[in-house]
Amino acid sequence: MSVNNKEKAKSAANKPAIMGEDVDLTKFTREAAPLKYQTDPSKLSVATKKKMLEAGVMLDNPDQRTGTFIQIDNTPVHSSVKQEGVEVMPVSQAIQKYDWLGDYYWKAVNVDTDKYTASVELGQNDGYFIRTTPGTKTDFPVQACLYLSKAKLAQNVHNIIIAEENSELHIITGCTTALGNEPGMHLGVSEFYIKKGAKITFTMIHGWNPEFAVRPRTAAIIEDNGLFLSNYVLMKPVKTIQMNPIARCNGENATARFNSVLVSTPGSNMDVGSRVYLNGKGSRTEIISRAITTGGYITARGYIEGNAPEVKGHLECRGLLLENKGAIHAIPELKGTLPGIDLYHEAAVGKIAEEEVEYLMARGLTREEATATIVRGFLRVDIEGLPQMLNEELKRAIKDSEKDLM
Amino acid sequence: MLEITDLKVAIEGKEILHGVNLSIKSGETSVLFGPNGSGKTTLLMTIMGFPRYRVTGGSISYQGKDVTHATLDERARLGIGISFQRPPVVRGVKTRDMVLASLKDKNQTEMVNSLAGKTDLLDFLDRDINHGFSGGEIKRSELMQLLAQQPEMVLLDEPESGVDLENISLIGRLINELLQKSSPMHGRNSMGLIITHTGHILEYVNARNGYIMLDGIISCQGDPREILNEIKARGYEQCAKCTFRSAQNVC
Repeated sequence: MSVNNKEKAKSAANKPAIMGEDVDLTKFTREAAPLKYQTDPSKLSVATKKKMLEAGVMLDNPDQRTGTFIQIDNTPVHSSVKQEGVEVMPVSQAIQKYDWLGDYYWKAVNVDTDKYTASVELGQNDGYFIRTTPGTKTDFPVQACLYLSKAKLAQNVHNIIIAEENSELHIITGCTTALGNEPGMHLGVSEFYIKKGAKITFTMIHGWNPEFAVRPRTAAIIEDNGLFLSNYVLMKPVKTIQMNPIARCNGENATARFNSVLVSTPGSNMDVGSRVYLNGKGSRTEIISRAITTGGYITARGYIEGNAPEVKGHLECRGLLLENKGAIHAIPELKGTLPGIDLYHEAAVGKIAEEEVEYLMARGLTREEATATIVRGFLRVDIEGLPQMLNEELKRAIKDSEKDLM
Repeated sequence: MLEITDLKVAIEGKEILHGVNLSIKSGETSVLFGPNGSGKTTLLMTIMGFPRYRVTGGSISYQGKDVTHATLDERARLGIGISFQRPPVVRGVKTRDMVLASLKDKNQTEMVNSLAGKTDLLDFLDRDINHGFSGGEIKRSELMQLLAQQPEMVLLDEPESGVDLENISLIGRLINELLQKSSPMHGRNSMGLIITHTGHILEYVNARNGYIMLDGIISCQGDPREILNEIKARGYEQCAKCTFRSAQNVC
């Protein structure tokens, strides 16, 4: 990490983010006791494994995982990989192994974006490095878990993910906590590099608590014919989350797709969006978000900028208010800088239409059953390009959380 | 048996039905004619129990039970079913979900594919219900759901509208199956009330009684084909005159 980055970070140490409420970082500590490395992660406690499983991370039966990375608080407690051509390790280890890795640090995300990126640079507590070598395709997804067990800890992680040319990498990552109602903070910088003809699918499931503050900072750079597919699910309470991942489709025919499913319970404040820059000829994107409030606040953002010929972008944001409290603020934005581009958006926020409820009731469903069926349908995600197994896992995670919603 | 007595119904404070009397016995099918805005759909929706249609007088009795104030889902579970003229699109809810939700016997999930085959909708099971469906596809989808639900009182709101000639005979066959027309009348449990503008459906479905609704009252009763011929020959206006002879209640 260069001195230059440190200097930039210091200059941004008190810079508030341009979106979301300001979080006082002095209320959190960066210090946590080192933890023991676990050669066999199935030996973690039953309670820990249960929490991780809720976020999609399987430790008892990892047959359907190509690799596993687990970080608890500040310590990577396990990393392993089963397939040649796939690398999974703590980023601190990777930087020792590859002197070129510095070239990927803070290239997709600006270190001085705000005080949260600065905090990660100045007080980084590891993170993961996942890479596929050219031409390698993962048989099963790599799983990664960032887990907090110490109250008032701000976990500062920096993740680097690289899919080399013509490789294919599927990742499922769960970020969650053992803390019931105690405060904590997750600061995670993730930089994705998708080389020519490569593909990354990144499925992230968050499970926090009503006192948690979360500030992920994510960006992806996609080269010619590359694909970045990001799926995000947050259906558990959180005090405040603000994230606005960026995809730069720099290559010709590069593609970025974002799908997000958000449920905001009373007391939760979510400001979640996606930004895509279509800089390569023929690049394309689709941003789809589904937001439900049962009393919390959601700002659902979407931004597409078309800067090259023959680009296409579609932004869809749908919000559903289930109670007479809370709010959903949809902010879809499009910007075109030259003729011949094709960008459009659709946004809708409202209650469940009574006409739809009655339609189902006319088939014999009670009002509650009809409402539940419509909500389930609203949250249904069928994601093109995601392996069937991950699609099923995503559906299961959403279904499990629906129980709390109904 | 469905027995409607002196039924008065208002929508948003405005009375639409002004005292309707109608009875349908098990095994019988009746047809309701009438111009746009005469109250036909209001009558069907009120029988089904949609809350927007407020009963301000009279009663609805079904199988000997007063259902005038029963909820929509209660009536569905008692055996009343409706085919909507313009059902809503419900995004994310698949056609398959609707058929499963409609199934009278919830364990018979294997019936879904056979019902979809029968209604020529196998390719639609995993599509959002009614999203991008043509007029004919909507009608077949509605009938597929009713075949799953197996109601004894079948309410059909213009089952032939928007259906091309090729599909109308299929619609007719499906309605006949719903109404158990292949069984002798004394062996049928089902009864039907069909709204039709054009009367085309009568070429495929036999009905015992025809009614004309004008301005929120039943003005005329008789053989459905004769009534249809009368309407074709003279229009609804003549039927309005018939109102004056409604002491016999026969045109």
